[in-house]
Amino acid sequence: MALRSTVKSDFPLLDQQFHGHQLVYLDSANTSQKPQAVIDAMTDYYETTNANVHRGSYELAVRATDALEGARAKVGAFINAESNSEIVFTKNATESMNLLAHCWGEHSLKAGDAVVISEMEHHANIVPWHMLRARKGIELRWIPVDASGHLDLSDLDRLLDGAKLLSVTAMSNVLGTLNPIAALAERAHDAGALMVVDASQYVPHVPTDVQALGADFLVFTGHKMLAPMGIGVLWARAEHLEAMPPFLGGGEMILSVTKDGFTTNDVPWKFEAGTPMVAEAVGLGAAVDYLSDLGMSNVRQHEVELTAYALRTLTERHGDKITIHGPAEPAERGGVMSFAYADVHPHDVAQVLDQSGIAVRAGHHCAKPLMDVLGTSATSRASLYVYNDKSDLDKLADALSAVDDIFSF
Amino acid sequence: MIGLEDLYREIILDHYRTPRNRGELETPPARRAEGFNPLCGDEIIVYLQVDEAGVIDDVAIGGQGCSISQSSASMMSVAIKGKTVEDARKLIVAFKGLMSIHETDIGGDGSETALGIDLEGASEGMQLGDLEALRGVVKFPIRIKCATLSWNTLAQVLDE
Ligand SMILES: Cc1ncc(COP(=O)(O)O)c(C=O)c1O
Repeated sequence: MALRSTVKSDFPLLDQQFHGHQLVYLDSANTSQKPQAVIDAMTDYYETTNANVHRGSYELAVRATDALEGARAKVGAFINAESNSEIVFTKNATESMNLLAHCWGEHSLKAGDAVVISEMEHHANIVPWHMLRARKGIELRWIPVDASGHLDLSDLDRLLDGAKLLSVTAMSNVLGTLNPIAALAERAHDAGALMVVDASQYVPHVPTDVQALGADFLVFTGHKMLAPMGIGVLWARAEHLEAMPPFLGGGEMILSVTKDGFTTNDVPWKFEAGTPMVAEAVGLGAAVDYLSDLGMSNVRQHEVELTAYALRTLTERHGDKITIHGPAEPAERGGVMSFAYADVHPHDVAQVLDQSGIAVRAGHHCAKPLMDVLGTSATSRASLYVYNDKSDLDKLADALSAVDDIFSF
Repeated sequence: MIGLEDLYREIILDHYRTPRNRGELETPPARRAEGFNPLCGDEIIVYLQVDEAGVIDDVAIGGQGCSISQSSASMMSVAIKGKTVEDARKLIVAFKGLMSIHETDIGGDGSETALGIDLEGASEGMQLGDLEALRGVVKFPIRIKCATLSWNTLAQVLDE
């Protein structure tokens, strides 16, 4: 089944012009736009439901608490978590990963223990481990990326030998590569390691079942899945959350405090110190509803079709001038297309496209080790979501001709 | 409406296509500094050789980046070659003025501002010349950092 054709009109922001052209938003891997339903849910929360949560004894506060916990339940169901207590709300994926490195890493790793990541990770799945290495003397090992944009798993047994943790992105934010997470989780477990998934680019685009993936931890970020900025998720198996020490200390995360010390609250609240971002959680809940109504398998199918169209159209129209990184087969990738255009610098490409109202990202995409593998310092990146259609990609192909006009020499 | 032709002037594209003073100098005697634009990954390396009289007798530019950062570096190298260090510092202020940046702290010690150099005065004496073509960058604020990257790197190498 295809997505309904009226999706674009659900996104008020998209209905505006830049430099005299209708906005063509091709930067959803960076952040997504928000449907009216999400905006309305947040406004409605402030107009009817706002109070502090988990501490009021009046009806309004009960409703606010229900709104927060209702959003948690929606998120839990969306990724098929076994229990809502496995859903920890954070600020974003970066905070989720730092929480994990800090609490789990501090508790379970000692000097010399190895953590395995890959060369296609976002800095959010690199720097926290660098920091842990500086604090604890852990070893960091890297799964290489091959020329086709896939993980090179030929040496995985050796990399996992004696490792305590494998942390890999489910979908590359640069190459679009979908990694074999379920298989990797199995290999990690066989080697006695736990499995972390950076699902920041996956949960928004692909039906996600954390139980089927078989991982131990999974992080993602609300703003890339139609929800507001300021809310992210750490999912972890309850047993891991139980064993981990708390993150930030303060209100909400305690059961009791005396002059001598404190006892921690139950999970997930143990990891949610202070007043949480309730309206943002409500927005995330509404985004989950919106995506579920569309149907995540329809979302995925829409993006596979559009990606196939994009790869075909851009190659047909621009031939050898364009080099699109990552897997050639649309079924093996998401709708994130990093490309090089002749030898025009991505910053110039993005500038010329902007003049046609087309928003793409130029830069290293917070994946500098991967840029080194690609042998470049930056790429241009067009990325797709539910509101994009073929006409957006036609306009991209048209506007790239203007790049050619200015820079061909 | 602001057009791309305000940004990509022919002379800018010419310096981008055929960068002047591209390469490396041996260090020492030359001095070297590296500048990065973390936003887009641009990198500029400035090599500077200054003689006993304080004259920049050779300059070379390395690194890679967008048309604006590369052409600005190329034009800068032409503008400062043969100039005294003091004049190069004045040029930095003049160029930043062209980019509408009026910082109190450009070269590090803020003395340039104290010199009270205005753009016109400086460009008269210093000949901003081709660099004037970069004036259009001001209309594209996100590109100002590209244009000033090599100049910040020059300030760095002068301070070393
Ligand atoms: C793969 C991946 N991981 C992590 C992040 C970090 O997300 P956030 O900045 O919302 O924490 C991003 C997005 O930038 C990403 O693409």
